[in-house]
Amino acid sequence: MSSDVRFTDFKSDKQPTWCPGCGDFGTMNGMMKALAETGNDPDNTFVVAGIGCSGKIGTYMHSYALHGVHGRALPVGVGVKMANPNLEVMVAGGDGDGFSIGAGHFIHAVRRNVDMSYVVMDNRIYGLTKGQASPTSREDFETSTSPEGPQMAPVNPKALAMAAGATFVAQSFSSDSQRHAELVQEAIEHDGFGFVNVYSPCVTFNDVDTYDYFRDSLVDLDETDHDRHDSDAAMDKIRETETEYMGVLYQDEDSVPYEQRQGIEGSMAEIPDGAPEGAMDLVREFY
Amino acid sequence: MPDDLNWAIGGEAGDGIDSTGKIFAQALSRAGRHVFTSKDFASRIRGGYTAYKIRTSLDRVQSVVDRLDLLIALTERTIDENLDELHEGSVIIYDGERTTMQNVEVPDEMIGLEVPLKRLAEEAGGAIMANVVALGAACEVSQFPIENLDESLEKRFGDKGEAIVENNMQAARKGQEYVQEEYDHDFGYELQTSDEDYVLINGDQAIGMGAIAAGCRFYAGYPITPATEVMEYMTGRVDQFGGKVVQAEDELAAINMALGAARAGARAMTATSGPGIDLMTETFGLVATTETPLVICDVMRSGPSTGMPTKQEQGDLNMTLYGGHGEIPRFVVAPTTISECFWKTVEAFNLAEKYQTPVYLVSDLAMAVTEQTFKPEAFDMDEVEIERGNVVDEEDIDGWMNEKDQFQPHFPAADGISPRTFPGTSGGAHMTTGLEHDALGRRTEDTEVRKEQVEKREQKVETAIEREDWDYREFGNPDADTLVISWGSNEGAMREGMEFLEDEDIEVRFISVPYIFPRPDLTEEVEQAEQTIVVECNATGQFADVIEHDVLERVDRVNKYDGVRFDADELAAEIKAAMADEAEVKA
Repeated sequence: MSSDVRFTDFKSDKQPTWCPGCGDFGTMNGMMKALAETGNDPDNTFVVAGIGCSGKIGTYMHSYALHGVHGRALPVGVGVKMANPNLEVMVAGGDGDGFSIGAGHFIHAVRRNVDMSYVVMDNRIYGLTKGQASPTSREDFETSTSPEGPQMAPVNPKALAMAAGATFVAQSFSSDSQRHAELVQEAIEHDGFGFVNVYSPCVTFNDVDTYDYFRDSLVDLDETDHDRHDSDAAMDKIRETETEYMGVLYQDEDSVPYEQRQGIEGSMAEIPDGAPEGAMDLVREFY
Repeated sequence: MPDDLNWAIGGEAGDGIDSTGKIFAQALSRAGRHVFTSKDFASRIRGGYTAYKIRTSLDRVQSVVDRLDLLIALTERTIDENLDELHEGSVIIYDGERTTMQNVEVPDEMIGLEVPLKRLAEEAGGAIMANVVALGAACEVSQFPIENLDESLEKRFGDKGEAIVENNMQAARKGQEYVQEEYDHDFGYELQTSDEDYVLINGDQAIGMGAIAAGCRFYAGYPITPATEVMEYMTGRVDQFGGKVVQAEDELAAINMALGAARAGARAMTATSGPGIDLMTETFGLVATTETPLVICDVMRSGPSTGMPTKQEQGDLNMTLYGGHGEIPRFVVAPTTISECFWKTVEAFNLAEKYQTPVYLVSDLAMAVTEQTFKPEAFDMDEVEIERGNVVDEEDIDGWMNEKDQFQPHFPAADGISPRTFPGTSGGAHMTTGLEHDALGRRTEDTEVRKEQVEKREQKVETAIEREDWDYREFGNPDADTLVISWGSNEGAMREGMEFLEDEDIEVRFISVPYIFPRPDLTEEVEQAEQTIVVECNATGQFADVIEHDVLERVDRVNKYDGVRFDADELAAEIKAAMADEAEVKA
């Protein structure tokens, strides 16, 4: 991990096919900056991505990466990190990937608290399939498959995370590049599961949750007296409907990552040429 | 055969049937006797009939038979459930003082031994030891030296303190003495002991032990009957070798965690049963197309849907052979005995890594719940060989870069096998994806690249067919007119069934196939035989279909799908009947 790693080292030579103006450009740039800033390099970094516009990120970044099945990126990240805790593991996805098809894994990844970061590009719509309601879409948000709106309450990912025992919850905004990179960096540095929900507007299919909307409604927690170690205060902020907050909503200072609790010390990749020493004792147990 | 014994204890689930049976099985094994156990149980924690059965002999035993000589019946229903297998002179031990057992009627031709199990246990220190009193009584009936029981009582209760162990030994002796004094009868058995040292192990344990021996360091799973014991076995034990077991939130997560660990370079595995295979099929194609080495174990049970979770079936052959959308290269390996569960697991890991291809390791409930004796050499760890395939480190990575100095994880080599770097390897950073990809692992829809990658993945299978032995196991007379073929766990029943057939001067050639894909070509064998009979525990004959497809000839089928494995004598009768049908057709 040389100190001369630049964030552009995390960039692949593939040009993104996201729509011009897509929030995901800013989200990805922040991720790359945060990775470089935390002293990582592409050869010790593993990025896992799900399916959707957000899932393309592994192609545009340069690192060890897997672009997997819809909704299952988090379990892949858990497996990578447990098999080699020396790696920097970052999981990226969208609101559909994380809170619809992958909602079950989200809750359990939060609970498990493996030391990795989870960056969700939340645009409140399904963009890749050309504009259907997502789990975070507003109740009255009209789409091709929900002409009257979904008529369901949107999922509140941060409240969901808190309910599952999260140790790090932050809200970011792709357009605020400096702040966004800082928040991802904090998630990486956090000892445990660092969840960053990023408002990453879809300029093509979502004319409600736009750059302007987020710019007008987001208040930076750094400009308030919010105590990030106070979970009740965090829940109050998360549940507010009039204002949305950007910044670290909650962090548990005493967080100990799961793999540490489990006593995993190093990479599991290296094994002997034959059965491990002492293996015959396993047979003798059956006497 | 006064030296052979077919023994059982049965009662309600929750009565301690399993642990009592295990104590007796272990005592027999430690005394140098061969043991083969089976279980009848329902999927309930308490309530419902359950039984633990033991066949024991000085000779090797490898199947259940349709015969019961000595039954410990904790409930009246236990006797009814086993009437078919009980015979003239069978001994039934029961506690006639129990209110629910006072009206028990033992059939006239059998010997009922009323032993006050609970009262004698209380005398020894507690009613909880009633089953151990019954074991003592069983020792007396079978003339099995009771000292052999002591060691397994020590093993079972040692952690509860010396006093408990002592009380249990006393309880056993009370049962023994009661039968001696009250019945003073020669039941015709005299179980000999030998100096042989045997280990007593079941199929799930053998798979778990094989995985650890093979260097598996990461296991993720979701509990499901009858695969859970693989996970339970590895928990704690794999830790001693630097590994870890993770209980995932579901099977979708389990296979993805295992996939992640494998991408990180660890030998990784998951095990499940049919319903879990359904879920894992979602990710199976991803594993194959990203060329990730992974072992997925399917311990089959009766399907479809929830089916009969605690019953035997070999119904997942088509699922493991064809499951998943698109065309997915894979290997399917199905061990045929409990010791082979160990060796085929080791082999599965080598195949997975050498060819960077997922391997289905297919076992079944019959092997999972059977404890069988083996000489420890059957699991000789010095024989375990690890082959990791084309793993590339910093020294030799240069040879696998493209002209832009980028690592090519899906390089279309002539034998189909690409290089593999573990994350952390300098210069090896690469992505891979479930989308069709190029040599760099990046999405493509280029028609030429698509063809190249499809052919490359298929080439790995062709290479494996050439380089590996896909042998079958053969028994009986190679020149016999009748060829019997089976796959998976039927081997033991068929081998013992052949002894019954030999008693009637019927000879067969028996081929037991442990490889479903790739598999041995049986064209010559089938053509050479007058009649081919394919034996399997499913209704439609999934393996028979495969054989017919391979050899372009019809075969006869013996199928069992009532949820119970073949008994050796039952299978012999079925083979005989199939041979008679064939003779009739010819006549």
